[in-house]
Amino acid sequence: MDDDLQPELLLLPLDGWHRRQGARMVPFAGYEMPIQYTGEGGGIVAEHHWTRTSAGLFDVSHMGQLVASGAGAGAALDALLPAHVSRLKPGRVRYSLLLAEDGGILDDLMVTNITEDDGEARYLLVVNGATKWDDIAYLREHLPDEVTLTHLDEQALLALQGPAADTVLRRLFPQLPENFVFMQSVAIRNEDTVLRVSRCGYTGEDGFELSVPADRAEALADLLVAQPEVRPAGLGARDSLRLEAGLPLYGHDMDASRDPVSADLGFALTKSRREQGGWTGHAACAAKIAGGVPERRVGLVLDGRLPAREGAVVYDGARPVGQVTSGGFSPTLGHPVAMAYVAADHAAAGTPVEVEVRGKRLPATVAPLPFVPHRYHRGH
Amino acid sequence: MARYFTTEHEWIDVDGDVATVGITDYAQEQLGDIVFVDLPEDGAEIAKGKDAAVVESVKAASDVYSPVSGTVVEANAALQDDPALVNSDPEGEGWFFKLAIADESELAGLMDEAAYREFVANL
Repeated sequence: MDDDLQPELLLLPLDGWHRRQGARMVPFAGYEMPIQYTGEGGGIVAEHHWTRTSAGLFDVSHMGQLVASGAGAGAALDALLPAHVSRLKPGRVRYSLLLAEDGGILDDLMVTNITEDDGEARYLLVVNGATKWDDIAYLREHLPDEVTLTHLDEQALLALQGPAADTVLRRLFPQLPENFVFMQSVAIRNEDTVLRVSRCGYTGEDGFELSVPADRAEALADLLVAQPEVRPAGLGARDSLRLEAGLPLYGHDMDASRDPVSADLGFALTKSRREQGGWTGHAACAAKIAGGVPERRVGLVLDGRLPAREGAVVYDGARPVGQVTSGGFSPTLGHPVAMAYVAADHAAAGTPVEVEVRGKRLPATVAPLPFVPHRYHRGH
Repeated sequence: MARYFTTEHEWIDVDGDVATVGITDYAQEQLGDIVFVDLPEDGAEIAKGKDAAVVESVKAASDVYSPVSGTVVEANAALQDDPALVNSDPEGEGWFFKLAIADESELAGLMDEAAYREFVANL
């Protein structure tokens, strides 16, 4: 392809920092992003294991950080999202979905109530990098005029993930609340900077996402990797970690042609709201819950060592029964795993199937997700 | 025995009319942790520049092309149990397959070691 036909790639606030850390940069979601680091402790598998056993530092500043604010912001988001946003307490985070009327998934996102004491209602939406411009256009069109949508494009987002993340963060920021569990969020003041810390992530491990002004991101990244428990980790490890954790990737494991019921994301359709409706896509989702769906997202565990990648067809004998949407080799388990959409009558855990890779039929078994158990900190 | 290299980062050792093919240290470094190598069957006829093997790293599948045309006489069975040999010893124990060379004149267009190192240095 001619160079001048390539869309111009954006640079992350930490671009120079990544390069100094030995990152190999690749295009992703319109940005140049670190896929892995070189040198000691670098490489996808090493970064993956380090995150599972200690703490990996990921730069996810490509993601969109949006704030919907104003007196009616909660109710306005209730009209768009299947979560009960107006019931979400300050400091709480929910996973939710932006849906089309037909139930198609436009994006998945985290919504956090960041309203300060007695302040006007404010909700932080963290959306996918590749879809953020479409999301902004969609939200501007569908939110009422009295709700203001602000794109925090001067904020970086770092994710510190792994069993040592809590120890590290409390050492650096002792002002973190003692009782702070998975899917909670707090703003802490550090010198003259406000840092938003949310206990969530995309690896299946305990961990935090840190929203920080872009011009302070480098100092924070330096501070974090100076801790002996922390090493930088790239997109490659992020992908293998989230696959093991059974977490779907937008644009691969779900898109506008898939709905939350097929995508096995029914937990994002808050129970009371399933019954009451009043959100975009409700009628379509209710019909699918009542009437069933032809295909479902499942996990597949493959025999042998050959991974099945996105696009590989799943068979029951001669009959094609589904397609892999993401797959790879699980560093933790030591064998290949995949996510696939399969016919509903093949979606039960334990169902034997075959996956075709380069003309070979690989034996596989439908498996429950996640492949590697989540280790979120849910409190005692 | 002479060793040649391709711009696709394969190496080929020529010993009489049999050649051993693998990928270079530069290639394994680019691919990262290798988890599986899909090798050709004995007796497979392979044409110069066509895919002969597939290397699966954690992140992706990558084709390996044959530097010359020929018939596969042996695939490296050790890679089935230990594909990481390609990472640890790419230009030795991590070889991929051996070929009976069909046309020795195809070797003429390949690089020698010095030319390949210079090629990599300029990437």
